[in-house]
Amino acid sequence: MYYLEANHIVKQYASHRALDDVTVRVPRNGIYGLLGPNGAGKTTLIRIINQITAPDEGEVLIEGRPLCPSDVEHIGYLPEERGLYKKMKVGEQILYLAQLKGLSRKAAKESMDYWLGKFDIKGWEKKKIEELSKGMQQKIQFITTVMHNPQLLIFDEPFSGFDPVNANLLKREILEMRDKGATIIFSTHNMASVEELCDEITLINRSHVVLQGEVAEIRQQHKKHLFQVEVQQGELQSNDLYEIIGEQALARGHAYTLRKRDTTMSNNELIGLITQQCQIAGFEEILPTMNEIFIETVGESALEEKQNV
Amino acid sequence: MSKIPLIIEREYLTRVQKKSFILMTILSPIIMVALVFAPIWLSKLSGDETRLIAVIDQTGLYKDIYHDTDEYHFTYTQGTFTPEQMRAEGNKDDESMPYAYVIIKGNLLNNPRAMTIYSQKQITSNCELAITSQMEDYLKDEKLLSYNIPDIKRMIEESNINLQVDTIRLEEDGAETQTSTEMVMIIGMVMTLVIYMFLMLYGGQVMSSVMQEKTNRIVEVMVSSVKPFELMIGKITSIGLVGLTQLGIWIIFLVGIFLSAGAYFSISGGVDPSQMNDMAAMTGGVGSIDTAQLTSEMGAMQEIQQMLGSIDITQLLVCFVLFFIGGYILYASLFAAIGSAVDNESDTQQFMVPITFIIIFALYAGIFSAENPDGPLAMWCSMIPFTSPIVMMVRIPFGVSMWELILSMVILYGSAIGLAWVAGRIYRVGILMYGKKPSYKEMIKWIRYKA
Repeated sequence: MYYLEANHIVKQYASHRALDDVTVRVPRNGIYGLLGPNGAGKTTLIRIINQITAPDEGEVLIEGRPLCPSDVEHIGYLPEERGLYKKMKVGEQILYLAQLKGLSRKAAKESMDYWLGKFDIKGWEKKKIEELSKGMQQKIQFITTVMHNPQLLIFDEPFSGFDPVNANLLKREILEMRDKGATIIFSTHNMASVEELCDEITLINRSHVVLQGEVAEIRQQHKKHLFQVEVQQGELQSNDLYEIIGEQALARGHAYTLRKRDTTMSNNELIGLITQQCQIAGFEEILPTMNEIFIETVGESALEEKQNV
Repeated sequence: MSKIPLIIEREYLTRVQKKSFILMTILSPIIMVALVFAPIWLSKLSGDETRLIAVIDQTGLYKDIYHDTDEYHFTYTQGTFTPEQMRAEGNKDDESMPYAYVIIKGNLLNNPRAMTIYSQKQITSNCELAITSQMEDYLKDEKLLSYNIPDIKRMIEESNINLQVDTIRLEEDGAETQTSTEMVMIIGMVMTLVIYMFLMLYGGQVMSSVMQEKTNRIVEVMVSSVKPFELMIGKITSIGLVGLTQLGIWIIFLVGIFLSAGAYFSISGGVDPSQMNDMAAMTGGVGSIDTAQLTSEMGAMQEIQQMLGSIDITQLLVCFVLFFIGGYILYASLFAAIGSAVDNESDTQQFMVPITFIIIFALYAGIFSAENPDGPLAMWCSMIPFTSPIVMMVRIPFGVSMWELILSMVILYGSAIGLAWVAGRIYRVGILMYGKKPSYKEMIKWIRYKA
């Protein structure tokens, strides 16, 4: 069963349709990537899940039942555009936001002590937000997002504004929360982190879902049948079954980039063919990066759109 | 569980604990008092120094007319005077140098222009008055004496009639209430101004606070925990409470001042008019200036207390609070909607203009209603919700029938709640819209968006 389902969501703003029949199903206890170029409708979808806005059509189910107002207490949301009350003290700020999420003051205090300790910033409660560096503010913001130990975490561009050290810390926290049973929705432009973290993704472009599924499978589907082959002896020539599109001389032997011509041929057969001619030192299929897939898919749908017009 | 109390608590406490709030609350009354009394006090200060005025009488008729006052010391010499003489003396640059010379060249009864004042610096009007009034008083007496009518002075004094009119309002139950038109107008005006000030001040605070949350981007975090409408209502309520707190503190100040003033004139406290008259009769026989002054002061105090008593204070206060709250909700909702729709202070101008216009119109309507509290302007403006809180406060001390009060209140609260709802619809869309400043048309569209 899916933890969260958004079925056939339509959201119409005055002049444009932000989401058009978008369906997203998020499995429990995984990291789900929500991708798409700026203005594709990701934030609108996230806001609908957060009940900040309501869809015109479609429904959002959580654990199989429709979303209700008290569900905000199980959701932690880190928006892309972040902010805190600048004049407020760190401690008050954290406690206030946690209480708004339904924690009692006592529980909020305990949770705050835990998280401040974890981020090694105990004793900062009395400082005002405006006195902190930007990175520190981000940490506080992150703490306010996870204070109430939510089952569903929604991060919109979580790594923007973090230096690499803190970004890594954040990544570790996200994985740890996943391991503890949380479900995570993760919206980003950073495709490297998608490959690293996400189990499944949905790519939204111009209000439509253009790509959806498991990351590993998507990369398989989009493979270009390219291979990186290193040989120690002998040379390869293009033939009916594959062509050589790149060649590089190594200290011992050559490195080739091949493309299969016959895509029905298995990799084993290909290796067999090569071994007949040369001694293989290395063989690797080149899978497309998520970045390439993103650009390709978004570019394609842009092209389609142009033709339709 | 509703989170509104939590929001109110935070918003209220952060505002009330602000240094600026505490300073404003304490300093404003002091500044107000200072503004009233400083000029009076300052003008008295200049009286410390006495100035020498030399009276030079060429006729010898006016000896012993000038008496020293707190500010001026007069010297009298008989003889001649020329401006050259003064110039020569002026060069000495001495402290004992007269401030002004008064030269009398002829009989002033026959020739009113026979008196001249010479000075090196332009004399003040106060000084001129001090010189002329003493002479005029003397000349008047002289003139009267020249008619040779016995007792004329007393007759003239008696003919100065000072009319004292009691205004009495006949209540519906037949009771007579002594009133004072001035007092009623002053009270109405003060209440109107207070309401106007608070609407602008605290309405403006709602707007800037909403805008700050939006530009801070905290608002998206907030609305992922609470409903936008709850957030807006919490904010409006807490700022309203801050306003009431401030008002409460000021009323306590005022009552404190009034009570201590009452203690100062302790005799007048709780004295009824008949006792007052007895005392006046008793002291009247002695007729010394001190007691006369005292009785007049006591009388004024007494009168104020009585006039205040003529106005139904409870009704006035209840109406004030109710109209204040209703008007505040109405305007604060508008301000909240504007604050949510714009990104920065300068964009608010376009939306602020109509609101400012309405409030100023209401203020003027209030001022003119004081002249004619039952006229059509007053009547209509005390029904229209945007002007009624201000205009009604002027009318209430004059007496307004109950059905009008209730109707006005119902219209006000009905439209305040309606407007709060509409503002909530605009607010929930506006706070998440960045970039372009919306037009009125777009804002109306927002109202129809699905929540």
